[in-house]
Amino acid sequence: MKRTHLIGRFLSTGRRRRGAALATAVAVAAMAAPALGAGTAAARPVKRDALHGTVTIGASVSLSGDFSATGKTTEQGYQAFQTWANQHGGILGHKVVFKFLSDGSSPTQVTTDYQKLITVTHVNFLVGPYSTLLTKPASVVANRYHMALLEGIGGGPSVFEAGLHNVFDVSASAIYQGISFAKWVAKVYKPQPVAYAAITTPFNEPIVTGIKKYLDSKGFTTAVFKVYPLETADFSPIASAIAATHAKIVAIGSQPPDGEGLIKDFVSSGYNPTALFEVSGPDQGTGFVKAVGKQNTTGVMWPNTWYPGANEGAVNAEMEKILEKEIHVKSVSLLSANMAEAFSAAQVLREAVDHVKTLTNAKLMAYLHSAKAKFTSVQGPVCFKPTGQNACARPFVFQWQHGKQLQVLPATAPGSSKVMNPKPKWGKSRY
Amino acid sequence: MLVLQGIVDGILAGALYALMGAGLTLVFGVMEVINFAQGIIVVLGAYFTYTFASHLGVDPFVTLLLTIPIMFTLGYAVYMLLLRPIKRDRVIMSLLVMYATAVVIEGVLDLIFGGTLVEVNASYGTGSVHLGALDFPNVYLLAFGLSAVLLAALFWILYHTKFGRSLRATTQNLTAAKLVGINVDHVSALTLGIGVGLGAAGGMLFGMTTPFNAASSYDLISRLLVIVILGGFGSVWGAGVAAILMLVIEDVVAVVWSPVWGQTVFYLVLALVLMFRPQGLFGRRIARAQ
Repeated sequence: MKRTHLIGRFLSTGRRRRGAALATAVAVAAMAAPALGAGTAAARPVKRDALHGTVTIGASVSLSGDFSATGKTTEQGYQAFQTWANQHGGILGHKVVFKFLSDGSSPTQVTTDYQKLITVTHVNFLVGPYSTLLTKPASVVANRYHMALLEGIGGGPSVFEAGLHNVFDVSASAIYQGISFAKWVAKVYKPQPVAYAAITTPFNEPIVTGIKKYLDSKGFTTAVFKVYPLETADFSPIASAIAATHAKIVAIGSQPPDGEGLIKDFVSSGYNPTALFEVSGPDQGTGFVKAVGKQNTTGVMWPNTWYPGANEGAVNAEMEKILEKEIHVKSVSLLSANMAEAFSAAQVLREAVDHVKTLTNAKLMAYLHSAKAKFTSVQGPVCFKPTGQNACARPFVFQWQHGKQLQVLPATAPGSSKVMNPKPKWGKSRY
Repeated sequence: MLVLQGIVDGILAGALYALMGAGLTLVFGVMEVINFAQGIIVVLGAYFTYTFASHLGVDPFVTLLLTIPIMFTLGYAVYMLLLRPIKRDRVIMSLLVMYATAVVIEGVLDLIFGGTLVEVNASYGTGSVHLGALDFPNVYLLAFGLSAVLLAALFWILYHTKFGRSLRATTQNLTAAKLVGINVDHVSALTLGIGVGLGAAGGMLFGMTTPFNAASSYDLISRLLVIVILGGFGSVWGAGVAAILMLVIEDVVAVVWSPVWGQTVFYLVLALVLMFRPQGLFGRRIARAQ
């Protein structure tokens, strides 16, 4: 019987050894592609003197793996900045071009990516990846080549404990992110048991630990504190352990998808805390609504420095329009905060470079460390401590209320709405 | 009581993993192909359900009438087009082919759906049955029920149909099966079709219980492979027992101690089992006897 299949023909003729090698190579290449970060842009050598009027900014983004959902929104934030910057004269009058590589959510790959962006692609500037886990190795590589790394989504303590002077976080760092919520709880609730859970990442866990430390000092006790690994897929035992405590106040150091998964399990078991705080998940806009169902969003709180429709001036409105147009989100209120965090990092970079009027990273870093370096991003004010943390950040807490994301804390801050307390029972919110 | 709740959670979730793992172990039993794409196949099934349920307004369970035939055809086609032509180094080559297939499917899903996490929602999926202090979430009860029905159907096919006899004969001895006139290629293609079809059903349930995107397949395949190794490659029954054992151990340790230790304790149990039974709980010899 005549063989017509290509692979079969290769394997059954005198060329089969070569064919087998070829097929293996193809398959291995297919396997290796994501691991090698053959991501959104081919990394080709571009010499600085051949820029032809463009300023290149390099970033590694997680388009696959554990952070693929948030990695995509990070990339979209940078893309929105590219569009916005080029509509407003670029950087130093040059067109802005982003060079993306995909890291598969791997700290090893992110190291390779930034190495490649610096030494092969020869980008002018660097901005950060998604998460503290990836920002830390990225900052080490950037530091080795004396390049600044501006980032908005890597604010865990470990990034700043490394003692590097090239990393600049434009968002509120992890240790500040839960404090507004903790202060509010201490003010509104009598001391009582609080249920905590946190994923073991260097950003999420410190936020919940910070809340716990503050509430402990105010006489609150710990009903349960479950720490779970990144690869956890079944959230029901964690939800069961929390539900069994009947705690009214729950603080979870989550990230997608566990933030959504735990809420689903709470809904199923009929466990209704009156105050529910999640570090990430609720900030994912339309993704959060799709995952938990719109009727279960109301009352859920999370920390951040930005929310859709934030009164942060014309740039914020323009960014939202670009994002709405480019990623076709039905409503601005469903945009993800990661987009604004990424946009902010590039926005501060542009402001700083336009100020120092040079593409030299050393001068850029010197300026960013100086006391006179103060910026206004779509997330609000930015200025840097010697460690690189944003000393001017406003640690807001937001809450879903009837399909909208509202700034609710600090209660006295301009633009804050009233906290919905207690959180309505699952499925009972008006939308 | 927390321990009991952990056991309940583990059994209910374990049944779901048993369904997802059944296709993987069945395919290995017949073809000695490690279907590395099973994780992404489950996610593909979840996306089919999500698409049909959200855009056509069809009940998630009704979508199975569409997704199982579609996925069965996909499995049949993958065997005929990609696996059948492999004549040498079958185990290694098929592993690479299925990995490449997984990467392609993941890429297509990423292009279509992006990285946003989605979930299959049904009105009856929320809420739970309360028995004393124990909660039995509706969605997991439904998942358990469907898993039980589909696995029972699979056993009926294996032991009460001509195709089942052919399949078991192929599992026991490929060459002898050919000699007695069994169309091994056809049986293998049907088996991969069934395996992928079971993945579709598992995907629907996975989508109802867990927010997912294409990247969810990596955690899934690692767990499914561990389940199949513990149960014994090729044993459907073993996969079921191993899945429930794995989830019960993890969940009980998670509720009474820490989720961080849940997986560690399970892997410790796995290592101990493999020290004394390298072929897994219901390894090849028993699988051959099924």
